[in-house]
Amino acid sequence: MSEPDTISSAPLLEVRGLRKQFGDHVVLHDLDLVVPRGRLLTILGKSGTGKSVLLKCLAGVLAPDQGEVLFEGRPLSSENKPGLAAFRRRCSYLFQGNALLDSLSAWDNVALPLEQATLLPKPEIRARVRDALRRLELEADAARYPSQMSGGMQKRLALARALVTRPEIVLFDEPTAGLDPIRRNAVFTMIAHSQREFGFTAVVVTHDLPEALAASDRVALLVDGTLCFEGAPAEFQASASPAVAAFRDSADHLAAQIAAIRRGEPVPADLA
Amino acid sequence: MATAYPAPPRLHPPAACVWFPPFMLSATGRSTLRIVGELGDFARFTARGYTSAIGSRRLGRRLARAVYEQGVRCLPVILIVGTFTGLVLGLQGYHTLKGFGSASLLGPLVANSLVRELAPVLAALMIVGQAGSALTAELGIQRNSEQIDALETMGIDPHGFLVAPRLLAALIVYPMMTAFFALIGLVGGWISGSVLLPLPGSVYWSSVYKAIDPEDVGQCIVKALVFGGLTIALCCYNGFTAHRRSTTTGARAVSASTTRAVVFSSISVLAADYLITSLLV
Repeated sequence: MSEPDTISSAPLLEVRGLRKQFGDHVVLHDLDLVVPRGRLLTILGKSGTGKSVLLKCLAGVLAPDQGEVLFEGRPLSSENKPGLAAFRRRCSYLFQGNALLDSLSAWDNVALPLEQATLLPKPEIRARVRDALRRLELEADAARYPSQMSGGMQKRLALARALVTRPEIVLFDEPTAGLDPIRRNAVFTMIAHSQREFGFTAVVVTHDLPEALAASDRVALLVDGTLCFEGAPAEFQASASPAVAAFRDSADHLAAQIAAIRRGEPVPADLA
Repeated sequence: MATAYPAPPRLHPPAACVWFPPFMLSATGRSTLRIVGELGDFARFTARGYTSAIGSRRLGRRLARAVYEQGVRCLPVILIVGTFTGLVLGLQGYHTLKGFGSASLLGPLVANSLVRELAPVLAALMIVGQAGSALTAELGIQRNSEQIDALETMGIDPHGFLVAPRLLAALIVYPMMTAFFALIGLVGGWISGSVLLPLPGSVYWSSVYKAIDPEDVGQCIVKALVFGGLTIALCCYNGFTAHRRSTTTGARAVSASTTRAVVFSSISVLAADYLITSLLV
């Protein structure tokens, strides 16, 4: 695979003036974002700030109310059915809850996008599925159903399904939600390793700051549906922006607040 | 507390003017628009379900599974309900006809009741209760757990993958299950009239054979096809749109969708039965 610096700098995905609302509740406000080709971009933010909605707009699952999502400079909204199908073949989405089809075995889940959305011959499909399962150490569990697997195995199976089509962009929606720190590290390592090995562009939505800063090429911070920061992890660490500081230093704030509570001091207002 | 409504507009002749409070008019209008909108949405969903079967890959495997779920799994309930329906028809019919000295007409009574009305209606209601409710719940859970969104992101048409095989299976299964119900019901009528009561079996079966008209059989098949297409489409629609239930979410939305599917399907079977009968008789 090429090194990231040698990859074309033209953005693979771009968001311009994106606005999305459900009823009266505006989730995303006129958002602009560039997803650089071949890089791992992490979108950080508190729960309910619109990260998953942004990711679904990027995947074309949700249509923006205003603004555009551009794939290689072309708006997704102007794509016809074959154009949208072609975009979906080049893009994979890893859902927070894995979204594995529970009526299909691990093998069939991984084979599904190849069987249904491509014209590959059967031997090629079998070879690709076997390879994807082997890379994620699931070869022995090919006949098992998702309900017979642990949370970590399901996550790996979902990743195998996302990567089996050899996508150019993979969108990860909170891939470490509900996992312990060791598994969290393992998932981020797996994403970073796969991204380097397969060379895809990755967009990861997460709350896990240390892991995100360690694994990402770019970091974006979403606060109440507005993009507050976008830059390299080192810039995020050095940023003096109050929104960035509040998110970045939340662990320090917690320690200070707990210490104050233990000393019997009144609970700081921002704790509530 | 009394509500102060604006004065009704003065129209001529005043006696012919019926005036409703404005909120009643707007509520009626909103409900009408919602119902019309949902009917249109359902029609579009059903049409898309059938058309997406064209070009859907590996449809045969999914169709076989849907036939198994709607057909094979419903066989025991059809067998039990069909037998008891025939038994009751035989019992009631024999005693009623005996009073007129026409016990030998038990066969035509049972055969016509089953073929014209009871077999298509009861078979449809049984399949809705067993397979329709299960498929609505399955689709609702797949919607809630983002499995349907996942299919879309993989470039797979969820209508072609999930809905089309079930709609096509209904067109195969319903006529077969209706025929099976009618056959079992006739056997039930024979048990009642000729095994438990003294009507000779040869009289019963020969009168059944003479009573069954090919036109009635055709009407029975038409009813089975319409009920199948309608009920399974309603069940698929309610499961597929479980996330749109505005009053509930999550597991309660799935349960609400399942209830809705069974209630609407049952009503639609009875309403369609009346319409088809009035058109074909």
